[in-house]
Amino acid sequence: MGLDTLRLDWELARRGYARYAAYPAATIAGVFVNTVFGFMRAFILLALFEQRDHIAGYDASATVTYVWLGQALIMTIYIFGWQDLALRIRSGDIAGDLIRPVHPLRASLAFDLGRALYHAIYRGLPPLLVGALVFRLVLPADPLEWLAFVISVGLAIVVSYGFRAIYNIVAFWTTDHRGAMFLGAVAVNLFSGFIVPVAFFPDWLAALAHATPFPSMVQLPIDIFIGRATGGEVLGTLAVQLVWAVVLLVIAERLFAFGVRRLVVQGG
Amino acid sequence: MPLIELEGVAKDFVVHRSAGLLRRDRITVQAVRDLTFSVERGTILGYIGPNGAGKSTTVKMLTGILVPTAGRVSVGGLVPWDERIALARRIGVMFGQRVQLWWDLPLVDSLELLRHMYRVPADRYRHTLASLREALELDPFIRTPVRQLSLGQRIRGELAAAMLHDPEILFLDEPTIGLDVVAKQRVREFLIRANRERGVTVMLTTHDLADIERLCSRILIIDHGRLIYDGDVNALKERYGTERVLVVDLEEPQGPLEVEGGRVIKVEGPRQWIAFERARTNAAQLAAAVATRANLRDLTVEEPEIDDVVRRIYLETRP
Ligand SMILES: Nc1ncnc2c1ncn2[C@@H]1O[C@H](COP(=O)(O)OP(=O)(O)OP(=O)(O)O)[C@@H](O)[C@H]1O
Ligand SMILES: [Mg+2]
Repeated sequence: MGLDTLRLDWELARRGYARYAAYPAATIAGVFVNTVFGFMRAFILLALFEQRDHIAGYDASATVTYVWLGQALIMTIYIFGWQDLALRIRSGDIAGDLIRPVHPLRASLAFDLGRALYHAIYRGLPPLLVGALVFRLVLPADPLEWLAFVISVGLAIVVSYGFRAIYNIVAFWTTDHRGAMFLGAVAVNLFSGFIVPVAFFPDWLAALAHATPFPSMVQLPIDIFIGRATGGEVLGTLAVQLVWAVVLLVIAERLFAFGVRRLVVQGG
Repeated sequence: MPLIELEGVAKDFVVHRSAGLLRRDRITVQAVRDLTFSVERGTILGYIGPNGAGKSTTVKMLTGILVPTAGRVSVGGLVPWDERIALARRIGVMFGQRVQLWWDLPLVDSLELLRHMYRVPADRYRHTLASLREALELDPFIRTPVRQLSLGQRIRGELAAAMLHDPEILFLDEPTIGLDVVAKQRVREFLIRANRERGVTVMLTTHDLADIERLCSRILIIDHGRLIYDGDVNALKERYGTERVLVVDLEEPQGPLEVEGGRVIKVEGPRQWIAFERARTNAAQLAAAVATRANLRDLTVEEPEIDDVVRRIYLETRP
């Protein structure tokens, strides 16, 4: 892996960014929706705190912070089902990727990182800022925590990419990949801690969730931000995310290789 | 050693067809069967055959996109599907019926991205791009997003994309689809130059006989996945393409004309199609004969269509 490859990754990422930057109206509409839902979720969860001060270690402001971070991560990690790769496989356009001297998954990951950066800035920050203006949010105290949070979000994007790639690669075996996509998106929504914090789950369900890659996509970066993970725990959290990122990418790569072996390119 | 070698190559597709409410039949389509041929460096090879003959399937196997059901393939000494990325650096591929450029990006951006994929040094890129822009006349639309290009413009862009990294071998599946006459001519000249000046080996599929005539030193014809002709263009025309068609427009519609040496194959109002053998008569004699029987308004001569030639060969070689 030389400088050339990094340069290529950079070029791909830039174009991933530019592709989404080309649709500002979609961005504005999306920010609006994410913000409205942020308020709804915040008020619903705040109602729980009328009876008591803490739930599973969360106080009201940690919970509200959790909500707005979750809203900011929706597009950044692409919670609601992604099918770019599956559509290329189904249409046969993947043939155009296979004739290039770059692994299609590597190219699509680089492209996705560019997309994620755009979404983090333009779909993530605005709702978070609105949330910070209206509610009192818990903010990381020192710059190292901020840094750890940024790294953690970066890893969350890669973990999420690995998982999205896997449910997209299913398209090699079926002409209807959407079933897998919906299941995948539902699993992410439920187990990542996006809907409610994993700590609110019954113990057995929380244990189950933590045995999956899903918390690495949402819950773990939030834990770092709101200070549920501190000191050495932060490094442990990042390590867990890193392991999941590697594991999912390796699985995706293996599945892709199998898929290509039985690929039938439809048409032309 | 030949640059491209195929031995006993076959590709089956299994398709499912619904047969009643819950039953689905498995049907095996033999897209390519028992294909054996080899191509020497420096050849411009025309690979033709009717729709569904197996041309695209063959090209996909040679470029490592599809894995054959049986047989051995070697391209530049590599097994395409096992060493796809190594092979990709050495070949240029274009599927006229597919979009390989990035849909949302301006053409020049796609080319710039490919430069990084193929690690073309900046100065060589500038030089190659300049000559491609000229040869393929890309300038009027080079800053336009690919999704807004017309078919012919996109094809020219795709060709540039396939050539950017100076490939040894070009695999072009219908490279002249959708091109106007001027653009077709430019593309042909461009391919001939690449072949003469840099020894690029070209394998192209087409439905346009003129491509074959102007470009190819050798042609292969396949039908139903089988090789049915291997030779040069002249031999092909001598053997099969001897029948031409004179199209005449008469003042008044009338019944099929009876003319010496010609055979009316179609009548549409005042227009008639008269087939004739080049060896027996020529268009001028035939037109004169028509003029003695009817008032002639206009006439044109049609060269044999590739599909006719292919069909005739197929009929002749059918066991
Ligand atoms: N993915 C696929 N699944 C099933 N059958 C296929 C598939 N791809 C091709 N075929 C079949 O294989 C045969 C050869 O197709 P191919 O695309 O190679 O033809 P072609 O010679 O390129 O035709 P054309 O001139 O129309 O482009 C056809 O009968 C086609 O229906
Ligand atoms: Mg074809």
